[in-house]
Amino acid sequence: MCHQTVSLVSRYLEENGLPTVVMSVARDIVEHVGVPRCLFVDFPLGNPCGEPYQPDMQRQVAAMALELLETAGKPRTTLQAPFKWSKGEEWKETIFTEEQPFLEGEAYDNWVKAKETYRQLKSEGKL
Amino acid sequence: MDYVRYIDRTRAYYHSQGYKESYRWAHFEDVPFARLQKPLSECTLALVSTSDVALRDENGGVQNVDPMLMVGNVYSIPSDTPIERLYSRQEHYDRYATHLDDVNSYFPITRLHELAALGKVGRIAARTHGVYTAYSHRKTLTADAPEVLKRCREDGVDAVILTPV
Repeated sequence: MCHQTVSLVSRYLEENGLPTVVMSVARDIVEHVGVPRCLFVDFPLGNPCGEPYQPDMQRQVAAMALELLETAGKPRTTLQAPFKWSKGEEWKETIFTEEQPFLEGEAYDNWVKAKETYRQLKSEGKL
Repeated sequence: MDYVRYIDRTRAYYHSQGYKESYRWAHFEDVPFARLQKPLSECTLALVSTSDVALRDENGGVQNVDPMLMVGNVYSIPSDTPIERLYSRQEHYDRYATHLDDVNSYFPITRLHELAALGKVGRIAARTHGVYTAYSHRKTLTADAPEVLKRCREDGVDAVILTPV
């Protein structure tokens, strides 16, 4: 959802003449919405700007994103950062599976509450 | 290993959890494209994020936010805020694989200031902007995105970098 929102904002800014670049760990969502420039970082949801406490890597990733602003020649330009998650790729098999519920406890309750808030605002014509 | 297809993965996951309707993701054929009007080294860059970054109060405590305000809406944080005062309230990340303890791993404000100091980009805009995810595409496109544009224009922004969580 986060990826969809940044993609929608990116599109709106571009339509109004402001160049943008989206940093993303969910390549399919950003490309499905359709944005001008995407730096894809193949990391778990939460760290689209590099591994935690790896400032050198983070700086390189941010610099790649900035370069895309200058080098992309056409919309839907996706570039992949050349880094692999240091703890292996098992997370790719387990994310959003029944063995690993994505949200639990308070986080799940908050998600349900946010959806109820949305429905309420919509029914009041505020969205 | 190839990258995760989240649209397919979440559809299967939520069906398995008993949700019958599939989420309709926004989708567009046409993609707009704006070019930089000057070299990046002369541009003012703004950071815009949906990572739910918030400011700790002076005692280091976290804020309570009215949940009614967290369905869509835009807020701003000064870009020179000490990183120690920032944290994320976001809960939608892969908590089995990682954490959000390092703000710069999803809100790279320190890294951007460093790149500005190196001359890679002209300057970092005075404000960063946060956008709460609205469940409505329309709300994002007709209210929140225009508000981000307005604030960017007020700050003389030439280009924008966007980060989710």
